[in-house]
Amino acid sequence: MSLSLFLILCLNGLQYGVLLFLIAAGLTLVFGVMGFINLAHGVQYMVGAYLAFAYVQLTGSFMLAVFLSLGTALVFGLLLEYLVFRHLYGRSHLDQVLATFGIIIFLNELAKVLFGPATLTIAPPDFLSGSIQLTETLRYPVYRFATIVAGLAVALGLFFIVSYTRIGMLIRAGATTPEMVSALGVNIQRLFMIVFGVGAMLAGFAGVIAAPIFAIEPGMGDNILIVAFVVIIIGGIGSIGGAFVAALLVGLIDTLGRSLATTALSVVFDASFANQVGPALASMLIYILMATILVVRPKGLLPAKGVAP
Amino acid sequence: MNTLEIQRLNKSFGALNVSQDISFSVAHDECHALIGPNGAGKTTLIHQISGVLRADSGDILLDGKNITHASVSQRVQAGLGRTFQITSILPSFSVLENTAIAAQAKSGSSMRFWRDAALETDLNETAQATLERVGLADRADSLAADLSHGELRLLELAIALAAKPKFLLLDEPMAGLGRTESAALVTLLSNLRGSLPMLLVEHDMNAIFQLADKVSVLVDGAIVASGTPDEVRADPIARSAYLGQGAA
Amino acid sequence: MTDRSLILSGVLFALLLAAPVLLPLIGESYLLGLIIKAMLLAIAAISLDLLIGHGGMVSLGHAAFVGIGAYTAAIGLENGVENILVLLAMTLAMTGLVALVTGILALRTSGVYFLMITLAFGQMIYFTLTSLAAYGGDDGLTLWSLATLFGSDVVQSGSGLYFVVLGTLFVTWLGIYRISRSRFGRVLRAARDNPERAEVMGYPITRYRLIAYLIAAMIAGVSGLLLVQHAEFVSPALAAWQRSGDLIVVVVLGGLGTRNGAILGAFFIVIVEEVLGAIIHEWRLIYGPLLVLMVLFAKGGLSDLLDFKSSRGTAP
Repeated sequence: MSLSLFLILCLNGLQYGVLLFLIAAGLTLVFGVMGFINLAHGVQYMVGAYLAFAYVQLTGSFMLAVFLSLGTALVFGLLLEYLVFRHLYGRSHLDQVLATFGIIIFLNELAKVLFGPATLTIAPPDFLSGSIQLTETLRYPVYRFATIVAGLAVALGLFFIVSYTRIGMLIRAGATTPEMVSALGVNIQRLFMIVFGVGAMLAGFAGVIAAPIFAIEPGMGDNILIVAFVVIIIGGIGSIGGAFVAALLVGLIDTLGRSLATTALSVVFDASFANQVGPALASMLIYILMATILVVRPKGLLPAKGVAP
Repeated sequence: MNTLEIQRLNKSFGALNVSQDISFSVAHDECHALIGPNGAGKTTLIHQISGVLRADSGDILLDGKNITHASVSQRVQAGLGRTFQITSILPSFSVLENTAIAAQAKSGSSMRFWRDAALETDLNETAQATLERVGLADRADSLAADLSHGELRLLELAIALAAKPKFLLLDEPMAGLGRTESAALVTLLSNLRGSLPMLLVEHDMNAIFQLADKVSVLVDGAIVASGTPDEVRADPIARSAYLGQGAA
Repeated sequence: MTDRSLILSGVLFALLLAAPVLLPLIGESYLLGLIIKAMLLAIAAISLDLLIGHGGMVSLGHAAFVGIGAYTAAIGLENGVENILVLLAMTLAMTGLVALVTGILALRTSGVYFLMITLAFGQMIYFTLTSLAAYGGDDGLTLWSLATLFGSDVVQSGSGLYFVVLGTLFVTWLGIYRISRSRFGRVLRAARDNPERAEVMGYPITRYRLIAYLIAAMIAGVSGLLLVQHAEFVSPALAAWQRSGDLIVVVVLGGLGTRNGAILGAFFIVIVEEVLGAIIHEWRLIYGPLLVLMVLFAKGGLSDLLDFKSSRGTAP
């Protein structure tokens, strides 16, 4: 393996990690602050991708589509919160799993009805197409760079909001001691709604920027949802910093694993065995990591600390 | 003969020594009370005796058997009964079934998969007799979740007694009870006194002076005074450390 | 103590027993395949109810054991093992072994962490199945020969298979019901209600939970074995996390920890799928919101909805 290939893999891993963070951020806050298991968070990602597709068709402008999609994803998230989720906050995890599972089924089917079962693609905008020469042998697509930068910028912004603003303080407090927050006279209902809407928008944003890279298809959110859960468990439920670290970790491990597992195995085992087991082992790596974390460090790598020590 | 022996027990969390060289014993016919201000380490001590926490060093002997390294459930099997400061029962079980399942733990294996446990007459009889003993027999068929606070405290005691313990650890049994309910519980416990050795952790001084044969005062993780209730009441160290500030 | 749920059980099993005779009479023999499908779903769901309903352990990886059972049978068949009893023993051993290893680790956690770790193990098993290139990999495997009972093809199709599945359903239903009322089941429920108290009553609860987990996994494995006989096909999709979600749906819709809940839930799902599917091709557009509405408005599940739960409720 050449160094430049390794670098590309790392960049891809980073890019996947950033995407995962955008999805996991909302998931971990909703889980941490409200104790709410939202299986339907993955479909928000799908919704974002389809919105981007629809708006690009409609307006012909990618950047315009990005902003329209963000707004729509936010409204859509708030609508779901109003219609379904707010009635489930006090209910058992089982009820939440069931109801949000129902939403997945509905939206996956709706996507199929509206856009057809086939995969769709959109092209990245002109000014982000092409690739940059990094080293003599290494070129990397501009658009992928842009997603890394955009994702990191959002992460930074989110980090600032959660760490230094009043609403961020409330969110952190809510993640560890929700009783205290409502005792402070904060309108917890509104706090929940904001967290939910922003979480939905971030997942939608992930879907939008992923749209030109990955295929847009019904059910595309299902698997990434599970990976996002892996991320928030590894990072520590309710912890934004944890989600960030874990997202990059999972992104890198998964990407590198998929390319390297077979090679690594063939060092020890014969080629046909390695070819057969390698891909499966690579897919499993992140789940092995999560199970290990759960057994040895159940609160995750960077558990949510809240405001009070 | 001592039923419970605590020997040089130490426990610390970081720099905080929550148990310092604690030693005391409870004779087979004795009710031993443990008092001390909040934060003195009473709860940590109870956790070490019941097995929720492990001591850093020292030994705990129950009926001559070293249980220092036994698990929570093994200690119960060895004869340790306990009640919780905050009521801990099985809310979706009936009062009778709460008590019967406690008896079940001491009556043969529970790895039985076929026979209807609710129809096991010996378990039900033990449970019913225990409920009568604590005065809850008329509530046997009620759902535990439907009981009043006072009744829950009694159920708590019934669950502990149904397992026929050799020793009873009572963690603030009077917590949250009104005056008449407290008095009734004191009468109940004084009936047990003599036949069942007890370690009583309690804030209610009246109850302690009525029930305890011996009182130990715990302050900052160490026992600062020990003796009969009257001796402790007269002890200047105990007075300044606890009775003076906490008896109000 | 005869309550209405027992009468309902009687009616359900009588109908299932009579179906192979009655349905062909009215020219509806294709319905038998549908009933087998529902019964297989019910068997797996009953086993999951032991975990969720009685044990309070919400597993999001239970379908993996269905997958292991199915693949153990399929691999056995591909390698010349034909006797269904031998395949059964292999399935029980395999699911039991995997459940033992994953269960010991998973039961170090509880609540939502248990849900996540069972999901992780389920995904590992799923990807393991996709890697079995010799047995179809991602695409799955069509089986050309099925299991026999000492050489007889009575357990392969038609009413023979039907009664084998029905018998398995009955044994599972009765067994789990007895377990739920037994000393063991009582301890399991106590650990669900208040684990700390159960421990202080003298029960090492992890041991009880592990045994329940093993039993549930093995039963799910058996449903996988029978699924192979019925569908003549295996694929890793059997073990996907969405299938585990489906099983939770069945159990919760039917009514947690109730006598007939898992059976009612399984038949409800299969019927809804069939009926809605017959009306409109995009039946999931109705099914999804239906699930949401059931959660929001019918908390106790179908058993409660039918007021068959017990005789304790207020009579109309």
